Amino acid sequence: MQPTIEVEITVNGVAVKRTIPARQHLVDFLRDELELTGTHLGCEQGVCGACTVLLDGQVVRGCLVLGAQAHGKTVETVEGLSDRGALRELQAEFARRNAAQCGYCTPGMLLTAQELLARNEPMTRDQIRQFMSGNFCRCTGYHAIIAAIAQVLADRLAQPANG
Amino acid sequence: MNEADRETLIGKRMPRKELQRLLRGRGRYIADIRLPRMLHLAFVRSPHAHAGIRAVDLGAARGSPGVERIFTGAEVAQICRPLHGVARHRRGHKSALQPAMAVDRAVWQGQPVVAVLAQSRAEAEDAAELVKIEWEELPAILDAEAALARGAAPVHPELGDNLAFEHAIVENAPDRAFAEAAVVVEHEFIIERQTALSLEPRGLIADYDPGGETLTVYHSHQSPFQMQDVFSAHLGIPEHKVRVIAPDIGGGFGMKLNVYGEELAVAAISKLVGRPVKFLADRLESFLSDAHARDHKIKARMAVSAEGRITAMEVDDLAAVGAYGMPLRFNVAEGMMAITMAGAVYDFASYRARTRNAYVNKNLIGMYRGVGIPLACLVTEVLADFAADKLGIDPVAFRKQNYRKKESLPCTTPGGSRLTSVSFEACLDKLVLGMDYEKLRREQRDLRGRGVYRGLGIAAFIEATAYGPPYYGPSEARISVQDGCTIRLEPSGLVRCVTSITDQGQGTLTGLAQIIAETIGVGVDDVEMLGGDSAISTYGGGAWASRGMAVGGEAALKAARALRRNILGLAGAIAQTPPDDLEIARGQIVNKLTAAPVISLADASKIGYFRQDTLPADFDVQMSVTMSHVDNHRHYYMANGVQASYLELDPDTGFIRLLEHWAVDDCGRVINPLLVDEQIRGGVVQGIGAVLFEEFIYSDRGSLLNGTMADYIAPTAGDMPDIHVAHVETPETATLLGAKGVGEAGLIGAMGALWVAVNDALKPLGARISHQPFTPERILEAIAAGRG
Repeated sequence: MQPTIEVEITVNGVAVKRTIPARQHLVDFLRDELELTGTHLGCEQGVCGACTVLLDGQVVRGCLVLGAQAHGKTVETVEGLSDRGALRELQAEFARRNAAQCGYCTPGMLLTAQELLARNEPMTRDQIRQFMSGNFCRCTGYHAIIAAIAQVLADRLAQPANG
Repeated sequence: MNEADRETLIGKRMPRKELQRLLRGRGRYIADIRLPRMLHLAFVRSPHAHAGIRAVDLGAARGSPGVERIFTGAEVAQICRPLHGVARHRRGHKSALQPAMAVDRAVWQGQPVVAVLAQSRAEAEDAAELVKIEWEELPAILDAEAALARGAAPVHPELGDNLAFEHAIVENAPDRAFAEAAVVVEHEFIIERQTALSLEPRGLIADYDPGGETLTVYHSHQSPFQMQDVFSAHLGIPEHKVRVIAPDIGGGFGMKLNVYGEELAVAAISKLVGRPVKFLADRLESFLSDAHARDHKIKARMAVSAEGRITAMEVDDLAAVGAYGMPLRFNVAEGMMAITMAGAVYDFASYRARTRNAYVNKNLIGMYRGVGIPLACLVTEVLADFAADKLGIDPVAFRKQNYRKKESLPCTTPGGSRLTSVSFEACLDKLVLGMDYEKLRREQRDLRGRGVYRGLGIAAFIEATAYGPPYYGPSEARISVQDGCTIRLEPSGLVRCVTSITDQGQGTLTGLAQIIAETIGVGVDDVEMLGGDSAISTYGGGAWASRGMAVGGEAALKAARALRRNILGLAGAIAQTPPDDLEIARGQIVNKLTAAPVISLADASKIGYFRQDTLPADFDVQMSVTMSHVDNHRHYYMANGVQASYLELDPDTGFIRLLEHWAVDDCGRVINPLLVDEQIRGGVVQGIGAVLFEEFIYSDRGSLLNGTMADYIAPTAGDMPDIHVAHVETPETATLLGAKGVGEAGLIGAMGALWVAVNDALKPLGARISHQPFTPERILEAIAAGRG
């Protein structure tokens, strides 16, 4: 039999305790065990970015991290971030500019964009393009995605708190 | 009432309704769907391009944890009729019969041989590794020239040779035109094999219920109706007991339109075990088994008079189409589209063309965005640029003087394309203005003086969209070219539409909702759309050949008009007013003449559903309307466009930096410019990927060497330029709506524009490039050859 391991992970703010196959990847744990199907699998080799999630606040590839490696850590997915409104501006701007088509890459795009925004630094369109280059989209041509992120970033930097 | 009170929604930039769901991770793709007692399937695939199967040992695999059943190709073949991808009307087109899985011989690397069913995909994969197959490796034929060489061993002995199909066109004495030409330019075009690379892999859940003898398939596919027909015909299940549902689909691009033997095998195996069976390709399997595209070698020439008038073209196309004919969609399509549409934007009469398709030991060539049209575009536009250069005429001026003029329409090109309402000059004028062509040419000249090599390329194209009955009908392929919908007024006065159109992210459903809402007189949020279920909508084609808005939109317009008439009839009966005096605006029925409100849609609908006792005894309430659309005799609705690419080429490294890209498109009436613009941009980037990055690389024994996304390079955000999109609108005259398709335009024009731009950048180096993708290595080789 496949060896198993017990893990305790805080997922979207909820503590979860499970016995999982030791070889199970974090993305499979989220999708298969917790039915958090908003995180997608595109390449299973860490190239496409569709499985992007936050592990202790850092963007990681859910297909390159084992579920066991998330033991004792916090994980956030598109579902949790959506529910607590963290992605609201990005989601609104993506919708307004049609920066998503089939939607398969979209959760990963949003999470990577969220990390970009968290830096709270001015970036040129080219810099945003480079930052987002680890997330593959086959539908949109990227133009609207970059424009949407640039808009949210500009709006945030223009807020008085950012003086 | 004032016409302004009616909300104008057709033509409005509106965000997609489906996005709110997808942006929250609430999409429902095949991978997300679970059924009770569902089993997972993994295939054992041939590691060889060509090999006999001597023996299969399943002993160890059967004992692997979680394994339920294991099936060989021979067992599946017992209940599953083989596929046969032959177009009946193409004389000489031939293919071997294709079993759902390999039976005694594998003819491409990746062909499925054994299917393992287990409790989980991981366990199925574990067991698949324990399947022992004794192979007898056979010589593999890997390219079209070798396949057609004298004495070449046929991939399928029963066919006699490897020539799948050959077709030639000769119009108006091309030899004489070439003999009399002041200038003849020629070039070779090698277009490597690639794939669509949808981010969601192919997948399906087949659920055969032995009790009801029904098959329900959740399928990541663009045409549920086509697959209903295929599953029914090949598994012997009556068609009305087969239901195919396409949930959210993570990209299709034509690739998810093809018929796959292995998907048929999944349904057959569900029938054998009487349980739901899920198969989802992993990325390596996708590279090996998703339909491939292109793989052409084309030689072409163009004859031009001293005044710069194109007088003739010659195109000779050779394509390697894989091991079998693609079922229903056929492997002749790329070559036929390439030769029938080459030169179509230019007004000349003499033409010679030939396409030859050869069987090789590689995966099947099938549908992918643009099919053969991008090849037609790039061949024509590269030659046009070479000719203009040779004559010292500016490329824009050369194009303008050679375009087919509006006055010459309708016409049939020497290649056989019918042009009715195209707008080559208007699109080019808008493009040149928008990009500031003269300024860029000056900049290009100035920079060349400083050793900077920039290229500017312009490419015009036609895009045959929404193919009609004359195209597939005579092929005897049971492919629906009609589409339709049912629109229902709900008792609350809201509207529900069930359409045969499927949406893989294009936004077609939102566009249809705009048409329906405007036509009936409600808000777009008052219309809810559903598509992608073969059991509940009118029979239709789904998404292929850019048909959603052109055909599905026309059906929606017809149905919405009919429902509006019915609603006004009902309101007239309620208010005892002639229906012609009534109008619906923003959910209210009002008197057209006095603008006085008569009754709300919700109140009228309530009476229509629950208080018929208050209506006249003979009043016939019809609150649902079903309509379809098809143009019996039209081949297609022909769209057109032009694109430009501006780029910089580093002659020391061979790297290309894309600076900017422009597209002006004429897809007839634009229903939602926001969605159309993004469709075009997405297509442009796929075209860029094809020209600069994407190719399958094989070993000399036919093994795919780059079956990962790290090795098969496709565009990411950092590689891409900003893309400017504008429109010319020449409505389709055959329909009330006036829309043409647009799904493939971006890719078609981008491939042409990049081919021209890169060759333009190489011109001062005395170099030309002919081998796509234009990798840095090939650029440097071209520069070296230019020096030599």
